[in-house]
Amino acid sequence: MAEIHLKNLAHSYLPHPSGPSDYALKKIDHVWEDGKAYALLGPSGCGKSTLLNIISGLLTPSEGSVLFDGEDVTNLPTEKRHIAQVFQFPVVYDTMTVYDNLAFPLKNRGHDAKTIDQRVRDIAEMLEMTGELNKKARGLTADAKQKISLGRGLVRQNVSAILFDEPLTVIDPHLKWMLRMQLKALHKKTDRTMIYVTHDQTEALTFADKVVVMYEGDVVQMGTPQELFERPQHTFVGYFIGSPGMNVIPAHVEGNQAHIEGTTIQLNYGYKGMSGSNVEIGVRPEFTSLHEGGEGLPITIKRVEDVGRYKIVRADFFGREINITVPEGQPISERVNRVSFDPTRVNVYQGGWIVDGEAA
Amino acid sequence: MDKPFNNKAWFLVLPVVILVAFSAVIPLMTVVNYSVQDTFGNNAFFWVGTEWFQEMITSERFHNSLIRQFMFTGIILAIEIPLGIFVALNMPKKGWGVPVSLVLMSLPLLVPWNVVGTIWQVFGREDIGLLGAALNGMGIDYNYTQNIFDAWATIIAMDVWHWTSLVALLCYAGLASIPEAYYQAAKIDGASRWATFRYIELPKMQRVLLIAFLLRFMDSFMIYTEPLVVTGGGPGNSTTLLSIDLVKMAIGQFDLGPAAAFSIIYFLIILLISWALYTIMTNYDKGESK
Repeated sequence: MAEIHLKNLAHSYLPHPSGPSDYALKKIDHVWEDGKAYALLGPSGCGKSTLLNIISGLLTPSEGSVLFDGEDVTNLPTEKRHIAQVFQFPVVYDTMTVYDNLAFPLKNRGHDAKTIDQRVRDIAEMLEMTGELNKKARGLTADAKQKISLGRGLVRQNVSAILFDEPLTVIDPHLKWMLRMQLKALHKKTDRTMIYVTHDQTEALTFADKVVVMYEGDVVQMGTPQELFERPQHTFVGYFIGSPGMNVIPAHVEGNQAHIEGTTIQLNYGYKGMSGSNVEIGVRPEFTSLHEGGEGLPITIKRVEDVGRYKIVRADFFGREINITVPEGQPISERVNRVSFDPTRVNVYQGGWIVDGEAA
Repeated sequence: MDKPFNNKAWFLVLPVVILVAFSAVIPLMTVVNYSVQDTFGNNAFFWVGTEWFQEMITSERFHNSLIRQFMFTGIILAIEIPLGIFVALNMPKKGWGVPVSLVLMSLPLLVPWNVVGTIWQVFGREDIGLLGAALNGMGIDYNYTQNIFDAWATIIAMDVWHWTSLVALLCYAGLASIPEAYYQAAKIDGASRWATFRYIELPKMQRVLLIAFLLRFMDSFMIYTEPLVVTGGGPGNSTTLLSIDLVKMAIGQFDLGPAAAFSIIYFLIILLISWALYTIMTNYDKGESK
């Protein structure tokens, strides 16, 4: 168990990186608290696997250092770091039984038979696999194998962190859900620091206390699921999280007003010196409402998708799509032609990054 | 189920039946035919029943050849399988070394049997051979035509040189199929090099190893050309393996009856052991899919 400090960390696979684009992981400095569950979320190639491999020790960063509880482990090999990892494809020792699989990391470290037996049985209990201890690992289903991989990490008492590298990729959808719940429960029970890499926002948001969103080698935001939802620090976080993602519309912002294609909308805060063409406003579909005439942006509804609990309205605004969610049961009139935003929920972005306004 | 029944369909099988008959069944039957008959010349044969089989099974000559054969096969398997695994583990996994080592390893497999025999026959000669002359020059008394131990060492070294590559290449293919995550997991679990081999590499190589074992068993059990070219079965009968003995009996002494019985017993032994190995393999596959 440990606090993980990523100190001025950056990594480039090139020997002499010349610009920011040469870095697979751009400079970050974060402290990850002990016992919390973190999710690294981002599309393929965003640098999340690079970061995970640096933490696990499979990769040595080209700049900066990794500290576990203040101790520099940057140059320590994987086996000396007290970490456990669950891989994308289940790794089990085929010829061993479930029991021997779980006992393997302890045997390798020379623990005595009694301690091993005790630990293995405790962990099997926790994983609800006590009945399968004497089965060969080879014949088990993919989700059971993933549980064993996790169990091999949990049996070791001095594990600083457990890393998950997209562990649910090969699991059937209905088992995915169950296993995710079990992981969450296990995290509560064991209090280990867990780091979970995924490109699936549902997995990240349900599993983690804090989600680290990565984009093109940069950590664009680290926050609770709620923060990511309400105040995305970067338009990328807005698009990437939520279904559908945040509406991002180029605007001209002056004081507490935004001018969009000849329409003016009110903002909750005042903004100064917002010139240039890279200013946008972002508002989530959940904080929009439809009207017949009156104020708001003029739109034409293209189609309505009913996804069960709510409806998604895809509307056209000067060739740009705006998504609006409408609660189930609320009728959508054919004469609807305006959309308005909840002013407290509108964020302003410049060059992709959020701008904090002043109370107007 | 209502299946259409048409006897004309048999004609479709006829070409295969004829082909197999001429290529396998008829030649085999002539051997069976010889094995139960005897002759005093003039092409007049008479029935002797299982007499030749009884004679062969109790014959000391056959026993000795069989023992030598099992010794030879046993020794080369005991060397080639572990050595092949060892070589495969140490072959480069990426870079320019991969094609280079693959080509070098394949070379011995491409040399014809009698050429391999000739190479070693010359290589081991104590007067002009590089190996033989060098050993004698160092004061080691080495002569494969007179010393039984030297003769055995030479034909075993030759077989190891010729065929270890096959085992190594098969194992290499098995190793290449292990995902990197297994090695990373083993590192994280603190596994030693030996434990990694024992619990990851060996189980993943099991299938290819069984195939390598079966191939090397069958091939070495039938070996003929190479030891014949090198030692001719000598000194004395010390390197007379089953096939060499069989040819001596059939062509040299022209004892067709006993030789025919010999062939059939020889054939049955190979069939039996191959069947046993095949059964182990298929059972292993079933265990895998469970």
